[in-house]
Amino acid sequence: MTLSSQIVQFLFTGITIGSIYAMVGLGFNIIYNSTGIINFAQGEFVMLGGMVMVWLTTMVNLPMPLAFILTVAIVTVIGALFERLAIYPLKKPSVLILIIITLAGSIIFKGSAMLIWGKETHTLPHISGEEPIEFMGATILPQTLWIIAVLAVIVTLLAVFFNFTMVGKAMRACSVNPTAASLVGINVRRIVLLSFALSAGIGAVAGIVFTPMVLMEYDRGAMLALKGFCAAVLGGLGNGVGAVVAGLLIGILESFGAGFISSGYKDGIALLILLIVLIIKPSGLFGVSEASKLKEF
Amino acid sequence: MKSSALFVLAAVILFGFVSVAGAAEPYKVGAVFAVTGPASWLGEPEKNTVKMIEEEINANGGINGRPLEIIVEDTVGEEAKTVLAVKKLITREKVCAIVGPSRSGTTMAVVPIAERYKVPLISCAAAEAIIKPVKKWVFKTPQSDADAVRRIYEKCQEMKIDKIAIMSGTTGFGKAGRDQLKKLAAEYGMTIVADETYGPKDTDMTAQLTKIKATKAQAIVNWSIVPAQTTVIKNRSQLGIKIPLFQSHGFGNVKYARTAGAAADGVMCPAGRLLAVDTLPDDNPQKALLAKYKKDYETKFKADASTFGGHAFDAIMLVVEALKAVGDDKAKIRDYIENKKGFVGTGGIFNFSATDHVGLDKTAFEMLMVKDGNFVVAK
Amino acid sequence: MRFVRNYSSLLLFVLLLAGIPFFVEDPYFLSILVFVGIYSIATMGLNLLMGYAGQISLGHAAFYAIGAYTSGILTSQYNVNFFLSGGCAIALAVVVAYIIGIPCLRLKGHYLAMGTLAFGEIVYIFLNATVDFTGGPSGIAAIPEFRVGEFFFDSDLKFYILVWCIFILLFVVTRNIVHSRMGRALRSLHGSEQAASAMGVNVADLKVKVFVLSAAYAALAGVLYAHFVTFISPQTSDLMFSIRLVTMVVVGGMGHLWGCVLGSAILTVLPEMLSYFEDYDMLIYGCILLGMVMFLPGGLTRGAEMLYAKCVKKAGKRGDA
Repeated sequence: MTLSSQIVQFLFTGITIGSIYAMVGLGFNIIYNSTGIINFAQGEFVMLGGMVMVWLTTMVNLPMPLAFILTVAIVTVIGALFERLAIYPLKKPSVLILIIITLAGSIIFKGSAMLIWGKETHTLPHISGEEPIEFMGATILPQTLWIIAVLAVIVTLLAVFFNFTMVGKAMRACSVNPTAASLVGINVRRIVLLSFALSAGIGAVAGIVFTPMVLMEYDRGAMLALKGFCAAVLGGLGNGVGAVVAGLLIGILESFGAGFISSGYKDGIALLILLIVLIIKPSGLFGVSEASKLKEF
Repeated sequence: MKSSALFVLAAVILFGFVSVAGAAEPYKVGAVFAVTGPASWLGEPEKNTVKMIEEEINANGGINGRPLEIIVEDTVGEEAKTVLAVKKLITREKVCAIVGPSRSGTTMAVVPIAERYKVPLISCAAAEAIIKPVKKWVFKTPQSDADAVRRIYEKCQEMKIDKIAIMSGTTGFGKAGRDQLKKLAAEYGMTIVADETYGPKDTDMTAQLTKIKATKAQAIVNWSIVPAQTTVIKNRSQLGIKIPLFQSHGFGNVKYARTAGAAADGVMCPAGRLLAVDTLPDDNPQKALLAKYKKDYETKFKADASTFGGHAFDAIMLVVEALKAVGDDKAKIRDYIENKKGFVGTGGIFNFSATDHVGLDKTAFEMLMVKDGNFVVAK
Repeated sequence: MRFVRNYSSLLLFVLLLAGIPFFVEDPYFLSILVFVGIYSIATMGLNLLMGYAGQISLGHAAFYAIGAYTSGILTSQYNVNFFLSGGCAIALAVVVAYIIGIPCLRLKGHYLAMGTLAFGEIVYIFLNATVDFTGGPSGIAAIPEFRVGEFFFDSDLKFYILVWCIFILLFVVTRNIVHSRMGRALRSLHGSEQAASAMGVNVADLKVKVFVLSAAYAALAGVLYAHFVTFISPQTSDLMFSIRLVTMVVVGGMGHLWGCVLGSAILTVLPEMLSYFEDYDMLIYGCILLGMVMFLPGGLTRGAEMLYAKCVKKAGKRGDA
């Protein structure tokens, strides 16, 4: 295998993994924008997406497209329920309390998933087979193309949603100034609910397309959340496009780092990036530092 | 004053637990396994196995007319909890021997306690450090990593392979295997052309395998535990790598092979004979025992028997034999086990001595190969 | 007299602790109390950070591990004296906490939560990857037992006394900090950072100080752990342990000094008593954490105080009638 084809291979791997980080990062941003909450349970939505899909396809034996829709619906409802049951009842909670609540939520999701589906690793069939495609001496799986396509669709839909629909615009208004938004008649609490549902749904989609590639088990969530958060911070908290670019960037850096430096430190790369960003430029690559000063978190 | 009321609460909790004195009639043996938590894939079959044996022995009238009582403590795979569990078993339950713990880390944490209280401890964890240097009161039943490595290297020689790539997880098990692979390479004329590692929770080894693909390696040896070993198999086929893949003896449950699907076909691993009992020749001295254990376990628990449960089987049977022969005197049990020769277990034929507290050599391993989701003896 | 009033609860507690070994000599029971003591020391610092500075650290296990490893390596491989090794361990944790704390706490809000989370994972990866130095995943065995001169802390009872003496010492120190100028500034900070800074409190500087102090406590707890168990592995630095420490603080009561003992005791003793937690362990932790912050954000200490106040009120009313 020549150096150039190695580089191409690392690039493919990085983009695949990076797409997932990007999706998790997007989920972080949606909730963060409308509530100022960093949702520690974000990674669990990905895990739940994968697990529910496995359950529906292999145990309930539903056809793939139906299972897909049902999975996204179920996880979306879980996200909404989580907001209604754990976040909604609180009166003026401090950020500290909110962090602990989402942390507790993530542990509960993880614990329940373990009890329901056991501790084994689960897998899903690839959408279009597992025959690798040769490209410049490197191989690429059809599933990678699916993952990239799904990311593109999500980004497009979100762009349309936030820019051209009434609800989307209302969510943006909330993210700029919740008090002003409620003054012009936007139901802020409903927007919060919606943001949890939406980011849970995105997490579920990520889990579904990701599981065939890397398998899924109950305790995948924490690491995914951490990497997704790195993407969100590197892109500038609250910045959707930033999260996608940063997610892909982190995926690629990890892959090259593991390939050319040392594989033992691979997981440390994203975290190191996070620490460096926090130290040097907390507003991230694409964030405006003035804007980030106004934010609660 | 307000806060003094809190102590009543604290005191109630602290004093809340009072020891329950049990009848001293039965032989008491302790067992500490990671029944729950991340290492439960080890602890669960181990617990099931000892409980099954306890039932069977008591149904047949016990040992020397006295019933056997096995007290299982869950360590959750955590060192602090294991320390407490072992102290509880020794000082409160007054057990005459302990089987377990499941993990190397938890075993190392309780070795000093077994030595201090002079209680025989028969670990079900693999690491060499447990019995090297020899500790007076500590034994282990899983085969040594070095012997697994020898079996792999012998197989490589047979296949005319002399350039290998090694991959290992950054866990105690992975590290021990990596050390042995590097140490014994020269002896078997192997050149290690790539040495890659990955975190235990890593979900993608494509980058490591890409590096390996770029080398002249003729085989890959992977040393890790679930789920990483499944990921390696999947990623290998995704990258279109065709050279043979060897797994460690941690690949001890047929379930792992099945998770990887068709990609696992042809993967080889050194393992105890338990997994391929059906393909063993009839004159194998272990065959009858293995077949019985596998059948009993699988009918009782409706799950595949694994080599990990087998390690617990060997450990508890050693104690049972000792109890039969010398009763429940701790020092006598220790001496009995240390001098035990020709003990047929699931892991192999054990021959203990004062300098060897594992008692197995490389003949304990058979080279197995995955074929259509089952293990067969590799030809 | 004033001393007695100020320290009445502490005196009561010391009496209780001193009394225990006369009734139970069981090494198992004493070992549990040793762990409660070690966790109490670690959570005392975390309690300061969470209850007084309103910040959360999700990487305290890393400081605990830094303490355990530094002292473990220095004593077992370089034969360093215990006081020196313990000092080095704490000093290292302090330096690292400064490096993490200054950038994270300069920012408004809770960047510290994620910063420490990332830091904790990095320490975990580092401990696993640096095999020659830390023993990698197999950890370090045969760490010498704590000793002063020729006196060895080689029994559970001796270690029990040691740990709780250190705890009481730290408790007095911490109590004085809370009641000092710094403590008052801290509490003002919890109310409103803007108001505090308007009154001349250097908010960022103060938060960094508390964070560093809490890291030092965690490191000290780690040192004690290493020499009690005499074995350490990277497991001491994993995320679940950090979360467990946070849970102890929340259960015991944020911002209440006794909360750390209560929380540590409950979360150490309860799982020991209810061995049938088993697979529900994680779920139960999550529910406790969630239930606590939703329904009793002051933790059990605050809850007990409220209950006590109610009883006193009732008793008073009855007395009137």
